[in-house]
Amino acid sequence: MAKRVEVAVNPDLRDSRGEGCVREIEEFLHIPLDGVRTLDAFTLDFEVGEGELSALAKEVFSDPVVQVSSTSGKLGAELYPAFEWLLEVGYLPGVTDNEGRTAKEAVEMFLERSLPHQEKVYTSVQYLIKGNSLDRETVEKIASGLLANPLIQRWRILSRKEYDASGGVSPEVPRVTGVSQPVVNEIDLEVSDDELLEISRRGLLALTVGEMQAVRDFYREEQNQAKRAALGLPADRPTDVELECLAQTWSEHCKHKIFNATINYEDEGGEVEVITSIFKTYVQGATKKVREDLGEDDYCLSVFIDNAGVIAFDDDYSLCFKVETHNSPSALDPYGGALTGIVGVNRDPMGTGMGSQLIFNVDTFCFANPFHEEELPPRLLHPRRIYEGVVTGVEHGGNKSGIPTVNGTVYFDDRFLGKPLVFCGTAGLIPRTLNGGPGHNKRTKAGDLVVMAGGRIGKDGIHGATFSSEELHEGSPATAVQLGDPITQKRLYDFLLIARDRGLYSSITDNGAGGLSSSIGEMAEQTGGALLHLDRAPLKYPGLHPWEILVSESQERMSIAVPEDNIEEFMTLAEKMRVEAVVMGEFTDEGAFHLLYDGKTVGYLPLEFLHDGLPPMLLNAKWTPPVHEEPSFECPAELTDELKALLGRLNICSKESIVRRYDHEVQGGSVVKPFVGAQNDGPSDAAVNRPILDSFEGVVTANGISPRYSDIDAYWMTALVVDEAIRNAVAVGGTLDHLAGLDNFCWCDPVESEKTPDGRYKLAQLVRSSKALYEYTTAYGVPLVSGKDSMKNDYSIGGTKISIPPTLLFSVIGKVPDIRKSVTMDAKRVGDLIYILGKTYPELGGSEYWAAKGFTGNSVPKVDAGVNKKLYRALEAAIQGGLVASCHDCSDGGLGVAIAESVFSGDLGGLVDLSKAPMEGIARNDELLFSESAGRFVVTVSPKDKAAFEAALEGSPFALVGEVAEESSLVVDGMGGARIVEAEVGSLKDAWQTPLAAL
Amino acid sequence: MRTPKALVITGNGINTERESAHACRLAGMEAEIAHMALIFSGEVKLGDYNFLYFPGGFLDGDDLGSAKAGAVRFKYGKVLKEGSKARFEDELLGFVERGGLVLGVCNGFQLMVKMGLLPFTEGKLKQSVSLSHNDSGRFEDRWVYLTADPESPCVFTRGTGSLYFPVRHGEGKFIPASEETLSIIETQKLVPVRYTTPEGDVTGEYPWNPNGSVNGIAGLCDPTGRLFGLMPHPEAFVHRTQHPRWTREDLPEEGLGLILYKNAAEYIRQS
Repeated sequence: MAKRVEVAVNPDLRDSRGEGCVREIEEFLHIPLDGVRTLDAFTLDFEVGEGELSALAKEVFSDPVVQVSSTSGKLGAELYPAFEWLLEVGYLPGVTDNEGRTAKEAVEMFLERSLPHQEKVYTSVQYLIKGNSLDRETVEKIASGLLANPLIQRWRILSRKEYDASGGVSPEVPRVTGVSQPVVNEIDLEVSDDELLEISRRGLLALTVGEMQAVRDFYREEQNQAKRAALGLPADRPTDVELECLAQTWSEHCKHKIFNATINYEDEGGEVEVITSIFKTYVQGATKKVREDLGEDDYCLSVFIDNAGVIAFDDDYSLCFKVETHNSPSALDPYGGALTGIVGVNRDPMGTGMGSQLIFNVDTFCFANPFHEEELPPRLLHPRRIYEGVVTGVEHGGNKSGIPTVNGTVYFDDRFLGKPLVFCGTAGLIPRTLNGGPGHNKRTKAGDLVVMAGGRIGKDGIHGATFSSEELHEGSPATAVQLGDPITQKRLYDFLLIARDRGLYSSITDNGAGGLSSSIGEMAEQTGGALLHLDRAPLKYPGLHPWEILVSESQERMSIAVPEDNIEEFMTLAEKMRVEAVVMGEFTDEGAFHLLYDGKTVGYLPLEFLHDGLPPMLLNAKWTPPVHEEPSFECPAELTDELKALLGRLNICSKESIVRRYDHEVQGGSVVKPFVGAQNDGPSDAAVNRPILDSFEGVVTANGISPRYSDIDAYWMTALVVDEAIRNAVAVGGTLDHLAGLDNFCWCDPVESEKTPDGRYKLAQLVRSSKALYEYTTAYGVPLVSGKDSMKNDYSIGGTKISIPPTLLFSVIGKVPDIRKSVTMDAKRVGDLIYILGKTYPELGGSEYWAAKGFTGNSVPKVDAGVNKKLYRALEAAIQGGLVASCHDCSDGGLGVAIAESVFSGDLGGLVDLSKAPMEGIARNDELLFSESAGRFVVTVSPKDKAAFEAALEGSPFALVGEVAEESSLVVDGMGGARIVEAEVGSLKDAWQTPLAAL
Repeated sequence: MRTPKALVITGNGINTERESAHACRLAGMEAEIAHMALIFSGEVKLGDYNFLYFPGGFLDGDDLGSAKAGAVRFKYGKVLKEGSKARFEDELLGFVERGGLVLGVCNGFQLMVKMGLLPFTEGKLKQSVSLSHNDSGRFEDRWVYLTADPESPCVFTRGTGSLYFPVRHGEGKFIPASEETLSIIETQKLVPVRYTTPEGDVTGEYPWNPNGSVNGIAGLCDPTGRLFGLMPHPEAFVHRTQHPRWTREDLPEEGLGLILYKNAAEYIRQS
């Protein structure tokens, strides 16, 4: 018989969770309430005596100073006698319940006995609600509309009458029941093409007809049939284990089919070009070119072949970096999706080379306006809920893992209503050499044992890889959603670093998309095969079919190759550190991925077919430049008001309310923080970190993202984001000598079909973006070392289709030779000279200023890498020479915004004559203030360094335009002697700080 | 003269062990980081050290409340000792009786409070205060000004005045079990550090007091001054480049946090 413990904050203390509910229910659901109080309920699904239970309630489950507890199930009535409705929200059977897991461990400690795996503690939250004439339907709405997510949670509602009649709340156990016998099915593929497609659709395999035919053809080959018969497999058809394994391995998510497709690209002049793999031509091609140019100075160590890219750092360490997206799960469950996103990407550097120590996280989100007021299409969550859930997920994932979140941004555009973008990245340090070999190389040998360590396998995350290879539709599976468990992963991580340093394993990789099918399938390539006993996997609950064990994406798991000689020591260490590890098989050189269940072969896939059997896609792209309406308004008389309005735009305003929720300083290496300046609230351009506390060498990271320019031309969008990321890194003291890039493409479906009639145009955008990526990374000499693409960011339900604007997040990571030379963006001292670096052109196409006026225009900013590179090099030298007091990148909102941010972050004013700024073709003062031309900075310099600074910049476009003033006002003169801005600095800062402050 | 030897505990969600050990070493101590599993297995012995350090982090994810499950772990955990099982609690009390120093930062402070190791006015493990959810309802990372009480017996804060460290927590609001508890704490000067405004006045006002702590209480010590815990992170400011305004202010090379560790080292050497 299950038991129940209820715990609540003392009645005389504030219940901030309850107060928050009242606020949010009013705000989101427009239901006014008199009050909500909350309590936590723990359901204990094991035998425990009454005495033990009350001791547990007092000693383990509650804090004697600030909480009350009860085992009667009636705490609610004592706590809040006036409540009218009770809503209790818990997890669905099988969903990760972290607090329940911890509670069970604490109970075991307290009772000094260990409980079997299936005897658990389940948690739920009880909301005691009082409101004017509430009915069950309204409470139901509160549950489904805000407090619970039906994909992962269940709830029950009791009226006060029902509660009193039943004597409170009785225990309810969300145990996984209705367990089925594991079976292996065979699938007949000798059917019509339509039926093949139906098999793919029904099984959520996301395979095309051509791919299904390729699979069928494999089973027609006599040679294969003979081998299969000998193994006891159905000779002429796949098992479900095999078909699922192929679907995962061949998914867009894992195989990047569009990036590897053969594309016929037709440009605006009708010129046709055949591109064999965008990835090989433009991404790998760019890196190859840069590395050749670098010659002996090449600092790349491992690119594109591992979970993260690796570059050199110092004599002792290499640096690795990976950025991933977790868009589809975040659309369905923003909290779980983002949490899993961050702890998931942590495992990439953990599984790179021989494994790395994680040094920082970065996060960039693209959302729709959180203040969205119109009706939402079905299945979509309000952007404010997405915003809150994603931010909280990343907060918990990063903070609880002890990894500082140092950089990122949030970009708003209403097309992200259909799918938000959640980019999470993690960097790590790998020992340069480890047990006699390079730390960035894996060394799996045939005969090494396959070990899985960390979490257990459940049905969660099944079909994550194939699901994210599709648009969000009515049948999008709930099992694709899961909750991460940062603490289980932290234990695993602590354990693996020790095991690594003791030389106990020969190779490691993470279990992400595709689960074991992917991780072991990929590791098997190094030795030429693997044999895996699926029945040996520890399960969260019984009843999983073999194929489910193989493709489940349950979190917190790493796959490790352990030489037989070390297995005992490895397993002993794991047990001592409370990490679950099991030997599941061994790596072989038999040329196949061999899957067994209860000793019987259930799948046998030759590696050659598994990895290279996928037929390439053939796609068409046609570029027709769009023409947008040119703005027709006059230059406004009051540009001060325009500047304030721009400072308050969502894409420009302060994101401090989000950033403060992230620990950006843990590990002690924070040098340039996200917020700097006189009041610690000015926006940094990039982050500088010092991962090794007794060295002054550091790491810089920065990003560029600007989807709106894609509306004009994704080529220039890409050029601009590459330029912006590099520029941001240079602004804080980074150097082009040692910088590497990561490309994360998030596109709307670019494959022409009935659903996507404009596929040729969208694919042309992708081609153009890739071309620019090649052009600009090679021009700047910044090698690409890793990246990812997510190609199906569309929403399509009923008649509504929403496609995101083509988006590229370009992230950079690099080495800073001396962190003590770092520069921040805040103006420092009265009398410092203000310089503008880089030329301003009338380039307002896609700008924030025109967007505010309702226009896109066509004059997208262009990037001249030659001019910029020379300028960045000169600025680098000036910064290293200590000649720069402050330096701020100029991007969204142009010079007006950059100058305002610089002075208000320093609690200072400024006197500026912008007519002196380097410019060409500028006819109006609003163009001068708000144009978003690339390659520009606002720099302040101490008067004593004037001559040296100007000498360092010789030959690049720059001009002295004014000075930092003591008065708390910003005065800017424009062309024709006009005074174009005159404002109290405080009012500019208010405009910038207000919009998201309360979120 | 004794050599200061710090034992920095890690595992199960603790995450500031590296910079904590670094701060100890900068202050001239020997410092070892040890996973708590090695303490329970008896491989690492408290007796070999004179400074026990509970660093910050998220013990057991702060499920059940900050450091709550961690407190159960330490309070009821058993240590293998000479072939038989001893209570960790007894090992800890023995360490304290022998004159050892104990520091808890952030989650480590929460742990000490929930184990009953602070304020420890009755000399036994009994929880009498708590650290609860910030009034803001949120985890926040921001720097705070502190003032040290020169009359406090705390050995760590001796000779310090104004301090400036980051807080990085969601549950730091100090709450005493009763007025009486608060009065004992105040009378015995067991509050070594309080939140202040930039001008140095003790405050209850957000964001200077980041969590709504009663009387601006940011840390506690025991009556001997050898046991000390605080929410802000002294280990996060041992070098000037960690200060949020180091690029605009003239700061000495060493950060203010280092003084606390140097005081501890000095105390151990002298005792």
